[in-house]
Amino acid sequence: MSKLANKKIPSGLDPWNALRVHTDARIGLGRVGDGLPTARLLEFQMAHARARDSVHMAFKPDRVRSKLGSLGLPVLDVHSAASDRATYLQRPDLGRLLDDASHDTLSGHKGTYDVAFILADGLSARATHDHGADTLSLILDRLGDSWSIAPITLATQSRVGLGDEIGAALGAKLTVMLIGERPGLSSADSLGAYLTWGPKRGKSNADRNCVSNIRPAGLVPKKAAEKIAYLMLEARKLGLSGVALKDNSSNPALIDG
Amino acid sequence: MQTGAPFSFERFTFPDLKTLLAKASPLRSGDVLAGLAAGSDEERVAARFALADVPLKRFLSEALVPYEDDDVTRMIIDDHDADAFAPVASLTVGEFRDWLLGDDATPEVLKNLAPGLTPEMVAAVSKLMRNQDLIAVARKCHVVTAFRNTIGLPGHLAVRLQPNHPTDDPAGVAASILDGLMHGSGDAVIGINPATDSPEAMIDLLKLIDEVRERIDIPTQSCVLAHVTTAIDVMARNAPVDLVFQSIAGSQKANESFGITQSMLAEAEDAAKGLKRGTVGNNVMYFETGQGAALSADAHEGVDQQTVETRAYAVARKYSPLLVNTVVGFIGPEYLFDGKQITRAGLEDHFCGKLLGVPMGCDVCYTNHAEADQDDMDNLLTLLGVAGCNFVIGVPGADDIMLNYQSTSFHDAMYLRSVLGLEPAPEFAAWLRKMEILDQNGRTRPQLDGQAAQNLLAWSGAA
Repeated sequence: MSKLANKKIPSGLDPWNALRVHTDARIGLGRVGDGLPTARLLEFQMAHARARDSVHMAFKPDRVRSKLGSLGLPVLDVHSAASDRATYLQRPDLGRLLDDASHDTLSGHKGTYDVAFILADGLSARATHDHGADTLSLILDRLGDSWSIAPITLATQSRVGLGDEIGAALGAKLTVMLIGERPGLSSADSLGAYLTWGPKRGKSNADRNCVSNIRPAGLVPKKAAEKIAYLMLEARKLGLSGVALKDNSSNPALIDG
Repeated sequence: MQTGAPFSFERFTFPDLKTLLAKASPLRSGDVLAGLAAGSDEERVAARFALADVPLKRFLSEALVPYEDDDVTRMIIDDHDADAFAPVASLTVGEFRDWLLGDDATPEVLKNLAPGLTPEMVAAVSKLMRNQDLIAVARKCHVVTAFRNTIGLPGHLAVRLQPNHPTDDPAGVAASILDGLMHGSGDAVIGINPATDSPEAMIDLLKLIDEVRERIDIPTQSCVLAHVTTAIDVMARNAPVDLVFQSIAGSQKANESFGITQSMLAEAEDAAKGLKRGTVGNNVMYFETGQGAALSADAHEGVDQQTVETRAYAVARKYSPLLVNTVVGFIGPEYLFDGKQITRAGLEDHFCGKLLGVPMGCDVCYTNHAEADQDDMDNLLTLLGVAGCNFVIGVPGADDIMLNYQSTSFHDAMYLRSVLGLEPAPEFAAWLRKMEILDQNGRTRPQLDGQAAQNLLAWSGAA
């Protein structure tokens, strides 16, 4: 830590500093004239820099693939029709479509599967690099043997809707996409999980269930895996996902039942 | 409604008014995404040349969204005030720009003109204006509203204190309210975006703000930004509702995607007015808008992003709001890509709203996937201060930990008031002086160990 980072909140604000225990909001920052003290200014810039680096970090599917080796499932690489990050950020429609090569890749693996898992970069490759494989492994631990599982896909420049194309191309009844969420200032590594029953192009958010804020300082991967596995079982039982499928996983009686 | 002849300039032609407006619009990613943007810079300026020759009257006879299909169009046409329009009725869009910049367009003249203008006329002229034109004309438009204090007076800048918390924790919300008050924020409204949109959550938060407001007699108003139907529900249960919030947009289809109708807004306004909680005025509505909202709901009706946004101000105007807030960078880079586009959009929205007679403020903000940073926010904030923006947003340290985006901070508002010599709303400024938060020179220099400050702290400990 630099001297600056260690420096206490400037004079006069100590009585107010006590309030910081109640919230993560940036209160009691002190002031210099009307402005921010230097240490507070640089803390903000560092948080923003980390968030931006997460958005622009290149997705490295091999980093995830190496962690998936022990699962014993085939792993495929796919790419959306958004050719690069700048296009991806401005054309969400292209991030929901597969490129031609990916269609070919998936058609070679078409089958009948209960579920297809997709690990996607989304808006934070860091989240997928750091927590994607672990979260998937924890989900599989809870699922049991009754699921036929499609090859795992690693999707680059992907929006949530890309899972609909992937699931349809593979012939899966359900998709579970783990995707990097838009980084907040203090959450650059947050993963989201989206479950979609009957994936095909044109599904809307109302057709999906979402488990959000998966990261060590948020919803920890183990808890997230419990929720996701619960939702998967319910989706299969009811033959649907979305607003009609409620997450009651915090009620243990329902999980056991 | 009839459609007239196509428009042209040199080798470029534009089949209808909707296309002409879209092609004339300054470049932004949302219009590219929608497939509406000009294909080249030359085509964009050609469209502006053609637009400059369009008579303002044509906007009254050629609707961008059909009258039969859209209740926003019906509101615009049915409520148009032909007498107020008379001073500019013979002008083209280009002549209108010149007239607006001229010395005859005084604050009084512009105020009387507002009911005679339609959003499409205003959006059209904005497309012919540089940023400095948008600032210069907006500065002449004074839109003053009131509830427990008076907002929008020249030489004043109000701040919405936005004390959001990811779980609506009362102590967390209270701590942020306190921090904001001690920095001189909160005169526009103390307004919380609730994590949960339920009547119970709304009532709890309303009571929390109301308690501090009454205990230390703060001349301001509160708002919990739940859905309008939730507000109607809690008003029926006698909850202390000052302002009713709603997000609105510029097409019927987009408003339907928000789950609202015009009659809901009218019902909410009536109910809130009936509570008679205002002391110096009775503007009871708080609306939020933002370019890209209609397109993101696939409800833009083929109209460019900036024009359909301006139509939302016609909806706002109908219900005499205290505050209208364009949340300019919240929606993301697929609509406004970078600091330049966000800056332009913020100035356009403020200008268009003010010219229509709407009390515009701006949430100067960005997300982490946009090409923007605090420097861009400083620029737009300063420009809006010069333009006479009614209010801006104050979030602790500019970091909204509930909505996960960056807005402006309490410090930013202090900076803006200081460099431009702007005062808080007069009633609130008097209170700040009493609380030893403003010093005798009007600077925000809170006496943190004074008695007034200790009273505030005591309340917070109890929350």
